[in-house]
Amino acid sequence: MAYVSVKGGERAIDNAHRWLDEKRRGDPGVAEIEVAQIREQLSLAVDRVMAEGSCYDPELAALALKQARGDVTEAIFLLRAYRTTLPRFGMSQAVSTKDMAVQRRVSAAFKDIPGGQILGPTFDYTHRLINFDLADTGPDTKATLASKPLADQMPTIASVFAHEALLETPEADPADGSEPYDLTREPMAFPAGRDQRLQALARGDEGFLLSLAYASQRGWGNTHPLCGEIRMGNVVVEFQPEELGFPIEVGEITVTECQMISNFEGSAERPPQFTFGYGLVFGHNERKAMSMAIVDRALRHAEVGEAPAHAVQDEEFVLYHSDNVEASGFVQHLKLPHYVDFQAELQFIRRLRREWQAARAPGDGLSEAAE
Amino acid sequence: MTIANQSNRRAYNYAYLDEQTKRMVRRAILKAIAIPGYQVPFGSREMPVPYGWGTGGIQLTAAIIGPDDVYKCIDQGADDTTNAVSIRRFFARVADVATTERTQDASIIQTRHRIPEAPLGPGQIMVYQVPQPEPLRGLEPRETETRAMHAYEEYGLQYLSLYESVAAFGRIAGGAGYPVLVDERYLMSPSPIPKFDNPKLHQSEALHLFGAGREKRVYAVPPHTDVRSLDFEDYPFEVQSWDEVCGLCGCGESYKDEVILDDAGNRMFVCSDSAYCGDRRVAGHAGPMAGHALDGLATGDDNTDDDAAAVGIEA
Repeated sequence: MAYVSVKGGERAIDNAHRWLDEKRRGDPGVAEIEVAQIREQLSLAVDRVMAEGSCYDPELAALALKQARGDVTEAIFLLRAYRTTLPRFGMSQAVSTKDMAVQRRVSAAFKDIPGGQILGPTFDYTHRLINFDLADTGPDTKATLASKPLADQMPTIASVFAHEALLETPEADPADGSEPYDLTREPMAFPAGRDQRLQALARGDEGFLLSLAYASQRGWGNTHPLCGEIRMGNVVVEFQPEELGFPIEVGEITVTECQMISNFEGSAERPPQFTFGYGLVFGHNERKAMSMAIVDRALRHAEVGEAPAHAVQDEEFVLYHSDNVEASGFVQHLKLPHYVDFQAELQFIRRLRREWQAARAPGDGLSEAAE
Repeated sequence: MTIANQSNRRAYNYAYLDEQTKRMVRRAILKAIAIPGYQVPFGSREMPVPYGWGTGGIQLTAAIIGPDDVYKCIDQGADDTTNAVSIRRFFARVADVATTERTQDASIIQTRHRIPEAPLGPGQIMVYQVPQPEPLRGLEPRETETRAMHAYEEYGLQYLSLYESVAAFGRIAGGAGYPVLVDERYLMSPSPIPKFDNPKLHQSEALHLFGAGREKRVYAVPPHTDVRSLDFEDYPFEVQSWDEVCGLCGCGESYKDEVILDDAGNRMFVCSDSAYCGDRRVAGHAGPMAGHALDGLATGDDNTDDDAAAVGIEA
């Protein structure tokens, strides 16, 4: 171990961290929370940490939440900083949401669609009355099993429209076999491709995307969205090792997918059609998936020949500022010492003030010069 | 708990970053050295400290450091600033490297917003933590635009902004992060060092590496490179100066920190470069406030300020 001089600052840091640990634990008379309890009972917080942490690991996300004292953004940061040390073995196959084991699926476009409307475990239609019974541990509730299982495959909204070409077809994967852009390995570049845009949005801050989506609905952006479909459930992740030549299943993840539909009045090149925005996030998070889909659509203004007029349509503005780990760091770095530049500012302002006062003093330089 | 067991066995690579990442960063550094002042995009990684805490500088240091290096880390010129302490401790731990506060003894000096007062020599590497690598960002928010402006060497907007400050204030404003032209080609932000330090970059014998982690850019000023602070013939570049000398060591030439002594407006000025100030005091120089409590802190004595620091957190 190399020699490190120990000074006041170091001891203060150690003491601060010990205090932080004590605060995290809270009253030692109350049982310590277990990671498994967070994973099982605060699962939507876990989902958000995995989504914005870009790392699907419920156990680690729950641990990060415990370590971060429930500060979701801090937990996301912890998970990101861990994720960045992991080797990248390769790319998975594209997941097929058509084959999702659906837990929830609704469309606002049609009263009924093939596969049906599946309400699933949703807060929608709950009355937001605090349930005081939950203050105590109570009997476990068991959901009722449906009389018959859902279809293995549930057609997406795109396939419902397919035969009429009413909805635009999504941009196909590049046929040249080139790897998709990887936001975790490459810096942002503009104009951003669909891969870069969707990656940035998928791990973008939920609150930021929600507000942008909301602003665009209120008129600060022109998306006229309608929820074509939202579905949540489990999909299989497959990976094809080079030496095998066929894909193998490496796991199952829960995702929420949203297809937002918008009108497009047509142009000289394209007939009138519905366009769509796409949202996909880890875990169960409809607020995020829907916001993402609205923002995705807003950012595609150039493809449909719309004139960008609002912040939500500006990819540099949206993609550069959607990451809460970056944003949180840069905003909060202002509490680091700035003595040096502040001293420079002080000198400058003091000089300007002296000149300002001198110029307004009676018997100033001007009248003296006149004498 | 399976996670707990894992974490005890988990080990990080030498200097934290994996070798592939280090190689990627080194390639970016080589490109930056080959094109002085040009901002090279690189695949900046998430680090275990927040963006804004020196993630760019830490990645550069991690990419170039070896066990034989002697590492110095300063923040605002001082070795004892909390974040400098924290980063120095990080590299002592993950790179098993010797650390120093003496500028002359260091092979790598990581800095936030100062260049040491002691002259730098050949073979030394300065690593700057950069919050905003783009000197034109304050004038043009779009990266797509500023990249084109650099490509076309279109710096009229920058000169216009300097001219506007002359028109408004009678002088060129800007005390820190004052723009420079590197090798008469690229406009560069020297990072928010005070303009007092800008002349030290010109024809420096050391290599200067700038890392912006959040913005994912690296740039460099190689040794013996022209670095010119922008100005006008009739409004030449000038650096800060103080009427006061350093309260502790009496130095009249150094960059100063202002220390508030009480509620009555009393203050003293001390060298912002704590190692330089300490060296001078050891050599027998004394300022008008010699013997002040800060005196012991800056010369490395483990004095009562420990407790003050702890109390400061409590407050």
